[in-house]
Amino acid sequence: MAPRIKIPATKYPVERFTLGNGLRVVLSPDRSAPVVGVAVVYDVGIRSEPEGRTGFAHLFEHLMFQGSANLEKLAHFRHVQGAGGTFNGSTHLDYTDYYEELPSGGLERALFLEADRMRGPRLTEENLRNQVDVVKEEIRVNVLNRPYGGFPWLKLPPVMFDTFANAHDGYGSFEDLESATVEDAQGFFDRYYACGNAVLSVAGDFDVAEATAMIERHFGDVPARPAPELPDFAEPGLTEEKRETYIDRIAPLPAVAAGWGVPDPISDFDAYLPYAVLAEVLTDGDASRLVERLVQRDRTATNLGGYLGFMGDEYQVRNPTALLLQAHLPPGGDAGKVLQTIDEELDRLVTDGLKAGELDRTQARMATRLLQGTDDVLGRAQPMAVLELQRGRPGLLNELPKLVSEVTAEKIVAAASTLRPECRASIEVIPGAGQ
Amino acid sequence: MSIKTLPDLVPDAELHLPREAERRLSNGLTVIAIRRSAVPLVELRLRIPFGRAPLAPATLLSQALFTGTSALSSIDIAAELQAVGGSLAAGLDPDRLLISGNALAAGLDRTLELLAGVLTDATYPAEEVATERERLVDGIQVALSQPAHLVRVALLKRIYDTHPYAVQTPTPDEIRAVDPAGLRELHAERVRPAGATLVLVGDIDPDRAIDVAEKVLGGWTGSAPDGVIPPTPEIRTGPLLLVDRPGSVQSSLRLALPGITRTDPDYAAFTVANLIFGGYFSSRWVENIREDKGYTYGSHSVVEHYVAGSTWQGAAEVATEVTGPSLLETLYELGRIASLPPGEEELEQARRYALGTLRLGMSTQSGLAGLASVYAGFGLRLEHLREHSEAIAAVTREEVFAAGARYLAPSRAVTVVLGDADKIESQLSVLTAVERSTE
Repeated sequence: MAPRIKIPATKYPVERFTLGNGLRVVLSPDRSAPVVGVAVVYDVGIRSEPEGRTGFAHLFEHLMFQGSANLEKLAHFRHVQGAGGTFNGSTHLDYTDYYEELPSGGLERALFLEADRMRGPRLTEENLRNQVDVVKEEIRVNVLNRPYGGFPWLKLPPVMFDTFANAHDGYGSFEDLESATVEDAQGFFDRYYACGNAVLSVAGDFDVAEATAMIERHFGDVPARPAPELPDFAEPGLTEEKRETYIDRIAPLPAVAAGWGVPDPISDFDAYLPYAVLAEVLTDGDASRLVERLVQRDRTATNLGGYLGFMGDEYQVRNPTALLLQAHLPPGGDAGKVLQTIDEELDRLVTDGLKAGELDRTQARMATRLLQGTDDVLGRAQPMAVLELQRGRPGLLNELPKLVSEVTAEKIVAAASTLRPECRASIEVIPGAGQ
Repeated sequence: MSIKTLPDLVPDAELHLPREAERRLSNGLTVIAIRRSAVPLVELRLRIPFGRAPLAPATLLSQALFTGTSALSSIDIAAELQAVGGSLAAGLDPDRLLISGNALAAGLDRTLELLAGVLTDATYPAEEVATERERLVDGIQVALSQPAHLVRVALLKRIYDTHPYAVQTPTPDEIRAVDPAGLRELHAERVRPAGATLVLVGDIDPDRAIDVAEKVLGGWTGSAPDGVIPPTPEIRTGPLLLVDRPGSVQSSLRLALPGITRTDPDYAAFTVANLIFGGYFSSRWVENIREDKGYTYGSHSVVEHYVAGSTWQGAAEVATEVTGPSLLETLYELGRIASLPPGEEELEQARRYALGTLRLGMSTQSGLAGLASVYAGFGLRLEHLREHSEAIAAVTREEVFAAGARYLAPSRAVTVVLGDADKIESQLSVLTAVERSTE
């Protein structure tokens, strides 16, 4: 056995401060490339949207690009791209992010744009109707017009959870989207888009003192509004197996996904982290346990994946969340058999423990992926913003490779021992297309 | 509300290219090593010319390359790579086989050793090949249910006709007919270092990295037969090709025009004209059919470069009920970029976007590795970024107008639409001649 490779770490500097209006700021300078990443995250996501308004958090994210006090419609896009940059936003279960990546000379412009919409977007009937149409096309592209659309991130939560917050379709029904009003949008902004409910993060090529002055200049006069009380979305864990199926009219082959509840990612991080490593031990690469067994040996699965969090955002999600395993099956594949084999392999792991070198190599590969993610300025700005928002700990990004490498075999086995069939929720795709 | 003014941009510093080294080894392999040390990793891209390789065996080879050597099983290879934080995978296009991956920087030597083992001694064991064959067939079945794949298949056929680029995905039956002996034969013939390019980017000393590559890959020898692909044919205009996908809730709209290569004197002007038309979010096409009309989640136009020729392609997924109106606006915007000079402001905006995103693309190890490898496939080096930047910075309104007229004229475009034909044929046929696909 070769000696274990040393797991390296990054040392990105992290500066934190809070403006007078309550906006939290994270700065992480690194001058190795002449680019900056800017991210603003708000502490609201799919789980906070009201009943009868499924998809609203995401629709509102679109409205944040439709103009603000000093910006006409289209101006945000043009100003970012006209600075040589790119932009986007995304809506998650527990947060919504907005970000830009630009040549460093565009930093102040990006800050101006984010501050302007933090003061309030232009919410008009015309823009709302336009973006409802755009979002419907987005749902058609990503869900309705393709095989396995929404599998499993939209399909498994309603099997696993009971409450509206955790179970509903975060992309939204067309009926709910069409009935959204400008008043709804204003109310949503007033309640959740307070600067006390947000974090601004900047990473890359800038001087801390200069950036701090720019941030004061542009965000300092955003009216102070406090954060709403953080809701508790916890649900009791499953005590008996839940299993459902649905027909995907486009999919040609079967698929199955299973989820198990895991410890609180924030308050019980030490207990949560072993599950992140376990997911990789089970599914990362041809040498992982489940790929070796299901794909290579039994040929009962064609592809396999495992991860934490329904949107794969393992370090950016709050309680409750899940460890998910998903498999695409060959023609005529038996989802029940796949689940049974997964149970067998989990039992074997619990009984026999890990093989020599198995944990070390999994951790080494996890380190590479974590490190690679941080090479990009947005791969630092965005996660640091969320880590600050949810944990007050942006520097965790530097520590993750080491923390992952310190998870012991005993903890992996203990985590595996909780993934029992009786606390599993699963969803099976029945292919509806001719085979 | 308070009036605030948009802050000015600070002008970009001069373009800085990273430190690199290059050596052509005695086996004919070119190694390019580039230093970007921000994270302690190394990115690897090995590009092996694969033009005219038989499609089904080449596709399966790319999937089965890492299934075993005489010393290591597929699981051993995966585990050994993982132990140094590494992973490697192969992919195919009509020009090349590309092996891509990364590892912890300290694992570079070991990663190259494992790669060398596969290159010189892949055994294609029968069991593993059988597994990969079935997985590939399943993957093709799934692709055949995806509108983006189906419309690409139809578009490639429409553009390239009988040229080798016309068909890029084998059928399941063609894959089923490939056996391990066929893979071994193809590997022996084509997986050769002469003409191949290895790119290494990361927290490495470029000269030392090349020394390691030379030592480890020195035993990989030989050259492949000429795989030169004939130049791509003229695109023949004709009726809009309508491909039926009953029940489709969107229509996949595709347009294509002849493109030009990166080294063409018109390329910078063409790049900017394409951006203004549809090449980025703040383009006329997106602002029209998304932000004004809500017909689509997004549209995009790009230049696709292959070794034997380049094409321009536009793509949008639009709501079924507005398929005709979407084509109308698309033809209008193409007509406008071909008939009228762009505004000064939209030219400057597109110019800055082109220059800025080029810097963003160079700001990561994986971005640099991808660029260096793609460029190498066309005989270019990163230095080309400097020339391209200078050309973009200098391009004039008149040149962009001329490029629009010359390269984006809708009269020369071919159009393919995939959707629910019974619902969209009448919408389309009021605008242009329509021919239903019979395939």
